[in-house]
Parts: sequence; structure tokens; C-alpha cells
Amino acid sequence: MTMPYSIQIINLLASLLLLIAFAMLSQRRILSLINLFAWQGLVLSLSTFVVAYSTGQHHLYYSAALTLLLKVLVLPWLLHRLMRKLNVRWDVETLINIPATMLVGIGLVIFSFNLAAPISQLSESITRGLIGIALASVLLSMLMMLTRRKAIPQVVGFLAMENGLFFAATSATHGMPMVVELGIALDVLVATFIFGIFFFQIRETFDSLDISNMEKLKDD
Amino acid sequence: MIDLELMALLLAPLTGGLLLAAFGSRSWAAELNSAMSFCTLIAAVVLTIRVIDSGPQVAFSEEFFIDQFNVFLVALTAFVAFTTSLFSRPYMRIEQHHGKLTIPMLHLYYSMYQLFTLAMLVALTSNNMGIIWVAMEAATLTTVLLVSLYRTPSSIEAAWKYFILCGVGIALALFGTILLYFAAERVLGEGGTALLWTHLNQVKAGLEPTVLKLAFVFLLVGYGTKIGLVPLHSWLPDAHAEGPTPVSAVLSGLLLNVALCAVMRSKVLVDGALGSTASRHFAGNLMMGFGLLSVVVAALFLSRQKDIKRMFAYSSIEHMGLVTFAFGMGGPVATFAAMLHMTVHSLTKSAIFFAVGHAVQKAGTQQMENIRGMMQISPTVGWGLMLGTLAILGMPPFGVFASEFLIITTAMHDYPWTTPILLIALGIAFAAIFGKVQPMVFGETTARRLPHQPALIPVFAHLLLVLILGLYMPRYLADWYRQAAALLGG
Repeated sequence: MTMPYSIQIINLLASLLLLIAFAMLSQRRILSLINLFAWQGLVLSLSTFVVAYSTGQHHLYYSAALTLLLKVLVLPWLLHRLMRKLNVRWDVETLINIPATMLVGIGLVIFSFNLAAPISQLSESITRGLIGIALASVLLSMLMMLTRRKAIPQVVGFLAMENGLFFAATSATHGMPMVVELGIALDVLVATFIFGIFFFQIRETFDSLDISNMEKLKDD
Repeated sequence: MIDLELMALLLAPLTGGLLLAAFGSRSWAAELNSAMSFCTLIAAVVLTIRVIDSGPQVAFSEEFFIDQFNVFLVALTAFVAFTTSLFSRPYMRIEQHHGKLTIPMLHLYYSMYQLFTLAMLVALTSNNMGIIWVAMEAATLTTVLLVSLYRTPSSIEAAWKYFILCGVGIALALFGTILLYFAAERVLGEGGTALLWTHLNQVKAGLEPTVLKLAFVFLLVGYGTKIGLVPLHSWLPDAHAEGPTPVSAVLSGLLLNVALCAVMRSKVLVDGALGSTASRHFAGNLMMGFGLLSVVVAALFLSRQKDIKRMFAYSSIEHMGLVTFAFGMGGPVATFAAMLHMTVHSLTKSAIFFAVGHAVQKAGTQQMENIRGMMQISPTVGWGLMLGTLAILGMPPFGVFASEFLIITTAMHDYPWTTPILLIALGIAFAAIFGKVQPMVFGETTARRLPHQPALIPVFAHLLLVLILGLYMPRYLADWYRQAAALLGG
């Protein structure tokens, strides 16, 4: 049985999404991390476009355009700008034990696929099986947030998590209602602005963007 | 008609937010803040009367839905938001006088306060599960800068933790919402209606059980982070302790309820979908487990606290755990008790935070060992703190006693093994809190006078209401709660 081209393309893009999530997990340079995030946004936008084309759902074209605008252009631009202003453009983060993190990541992927298996069997839509990939990339981004000690990579992880969720919303289902998508996009945009404000507050108070300086609040 | 009332309810805080964004640095900003909150309260009262008279209704092409359950939270939210705005007027002026806040900070505070109210009201009244998520996230966004308002290292740390943890939590809730949509799409078809709660509620028996189960796990964990359920609670004590006290009061008294409301909306759907399967109590059992764990862990942590606001934050975790547990048990009595407990907890906890706020200002510290003899310097603050503490600890005749009594007797009947656990946890909490509050209220004092008259009317107004609810519950109120409990499938 041969699959239509559109499904093959979406599956390809889904695997690219997951691959980028892994690449982010091991990327030390913050600047490259932001570029990876932009690439992930592009993949997301393309897959939304293909779903829109193959199912003929017009509002998904808007979603694809919105993703392109927000996640490929605006957010990376904002992050680049912030890095210039904070003068941390060439920051490199020391990551401990990348192979172990990778192994945990693979474990998370297997876990997500298992969790999503009964759901994938139910779906008649052209893009079944993608919920597992979406969940995997959400969990990988979460793992990235956990392993990072600096503020900007944590935020990139946060935004990448949103990418995984958006992928679930557009590819596994055929897009949430437009009003919800717009609301989510607005929240993400505002969140990025607030994160930006926080970078300055953190730097001003702790003299660096290293979150590990923050350990005053503990329950003893 | 309901469109009009709902519009007033949402427009009042929106206008307030915009006006205060423009004029928040004027000297009358605090009065404007209270005035706008008062308008919201009036709109909420009108809406409540309308819904009690004519039952559940949808508004604005079904995007909003009001029934007895959420309208009671709307009324509570508007009321506590108003009294907190009254309290914050002198409180924030004293903070400014002490040099802890500047005019731009107050400007931010006033406009965000109104927008936060708006976000909560939208989350409560929206019929669209997606919009509920958006509004919950907006509620985080509006409060995160308020938690770091003082710009101290620990307040920035608390705000960052709040932002990141709630961000991750709420992302999981979005995944749950997407799964819900995935299941709904198969029944309701694509398009706008598949996320509308009223439509979902009609077809809930036909929703795919496996997907709904998974969706509920994600929704509970996601919104549970917001409720402060153990083990997802670690942001809560920090955010409550480090933010300004009015913010602690509304976070603790209101935001936690709103998140719980979202969980209950999901639970009704899951219960419907699983109604005919063997795992009928799946959602309820999960909630009972999380709730019980929260009560126990919070009670154990209470005695180790040194910071007064932190201690009462843990007490909030304990009480939200109790409410979650009661909702999890289900059935008319437990659901009724859970709603009553939500009401009295909101009123009492915000009253306590008001009294604590002024006590901290007088003592100049949040460390409990340095707060002494409040009764001597200011009997009203002292009594407020003491009575509030007695009320929250479930002493009769306050309303918390009535709701806890109902919850525990139901637990004794339906799940006897949980009763000793609950009783021991409540006992530990009593010993811990009372032992610490007692010397703060009585004894010798080192406290100072305040430059502005503290606002203690809200404290006693709240405590009076809690007392009345404990002594005598008006028939219409009981009917109202009973109807709401029935809507939740109790």
C-alpha cells in the first residue's frame, strides 16, 4: 500500500521536528539554540501548511502563516535582540553528561509512543501516529528545561514545548478553533515579553543569567 | 439579556485595567482600583441573581456559559477582589511610605490587578475549554510580575519559579485539552463546537474513554500545578511569601479556586465518558489521591515554617487538597461540602492575609519569631489574626468547621480508611499553626505604629460571613449550592 505524498511529507516533517528537539537537547551554544528553535518553527509551519493543503481546511493556512510569522520571525528576532542587549551573544553553557541526557530522551520517546499507541489506533485522520511524536517533543523540551542552568535556554525550552503542543493541535487533530489558536499565540508572545523583562531583572539582581544562583528559597 | 450582564462583568475589569494602565501613577489610582472592582462586584451580583432565577444559560454565540456552579465562583471572585482592593489601598501606601515600593511599581500593580480579575472571570465563565486554558495562562502572566514587584533577589527567584513551573504545568493542561478536542472531533465533527463544554456535556457518553482518561491525567496534572496539589506545589509557598500581601490574598483565595473549577469541568466530561466502564471512578480516585497527599504533606510542612506568609501558603495547599479530595469522592453531600469549603476558605484565607499583611508591616519582618504581641499594639490586627486562625483551623462556630465536618463524615461513610489520615493531618495542622500564632498575638511587643490607618473592615467582614455560614446557612444559598452540586454530577 502506498501512502499519499502528503502523508509521507508530514511524517518526514514530524521526524525532523523530533530530530531538532534532540539537537536542542545537546546544543551548548545559546545562539545556535535559538536558530534551532527557528528551524523547528519552520518545520511546524510547513507541516501545518501540508495538512491544510491535503485536508482543504482553510483556517489552517492562517495557522501556518501565524506560525511562520511568530515562531520563525518574531520570537527568534526578539530573542536575538535580547541577547545583543544583554551582551550574552557568544555564551556557551557547560552541559553535564550529554550522553546520559540523550538516553533519558530516548526513554521519553519510547514512553510517549507507548502512551499514544491506543490513541493512534483510533484515529482515522491522515496524520495518525503523530500524537506520539508531538508528546515526545513536548517531553524532550521539558527535559531540556530541567537540564539547563541558564535563563535563556530555559525559555527556549519553554517555547519549544509550545511548538510540540502546536504540532499536536494542527497535525494530530486538524487544528483547534481559530479563536483558541489566536489566544494561545497571544499568550506565547506576551510570555516572551515578560521573560525578556525577567532577564533584565535577574541580571540586575544576580549579576548573571545563571539560574543556579537562585537557591535562597528552600524548605528546610 | 444575559449577554448584557456578562458583558458588564467582563468590561468592568477590562476598562479598569486600561484606565489604570493610563492613570495608575496618579494619587487617586487606589480609589479608582476599588471603584472598578466595585463595578465588577455589582455586575457579578446582577448576573448571579439572573442565573439563580432562570437557570444555566449560554451567551455570545455559546462562547460563554453560566450555571449555578461557576456563578457562585464568579460572585466569590468579584467579592474578594473588591475587598482586597479596599485592603490594598492603605497597605500599598504604607509599603510606599516604608520605601519598599515606588510609584511605577504601584502603577504596574493597579493595572495588573484589574487584568488579573478579568483573566479569572473569563476562565470561570468561558464555555470553550481552549479559552479556559488561554485565560488560565493569562492569569499567570498578569500575576508573575506582581510576585516580583519588590525586586528583591528572593522575590525574583519566586516569580521565576512560578513562571516556569506554572508554564510547564499549563503546557500539560494544553496537551490534555488537545486530546479532549481529538476525542470530541470524532463525535461533534470539526470546527468550533468541539471544544464547547455544553456540547461536550451533551455527548460525553459517546466520547472515547481511553482518550478521555489520558486527557484527564494531563488536565489534572496541568491545572493541578495551579491548584498547588502536592507534588506540583513547590512554586506556591514562594510566590505567596515573596509577593505583596494583596497578591498573596487573591492568589490563595481566588486563583486556586479558578484552576479547580477548570478541573471540575473536565471531571464531569470524563465521568460521563467512563460512566459505563469498569473504571467509572477513575477521575474521582485520581483527585482523591492527589487531594489526600496534599493534605498530609502540607500538614507536615506547616510546623517547619518560619515565615508567616509561607506558613499560611502551606495551609492553602492543605485546604485545596481537602477540597480536591471532597470533589473526588463525589456524591451530593461531598460536592456540596467542597463548594462550601471553597467559599469559606477563600473568605477566611484572604482575611488572614489582610491581618498578616498589617502585622508584618508593624513588626517589620515576616519571620514569626520576631512578630510578638500584636494584641498590645493593635487589638484589631491581633483579633483579626487570632479569629482568622481559629476559623481556618476549623473551630466551631465558623463555616470551615461545617464544611470540614461534612467532608469528614462523608469520608467516614464512603471511604472509612481515609478518615484517620485526614483527622491526624488536621490535628497536626492545628497544633502547628495555633502554636505559632498564639505568641504572635499575645505577649510583649516590639511593633511600631503605621503611617496610615490600616484597613481592617475587610478582615472582619470576611470573618463575619464565615461565622454566619457556620451558624446558619440561608435556605436559598443551600438550594443554590445543591443545584450546583447536582450539575457536577453529585
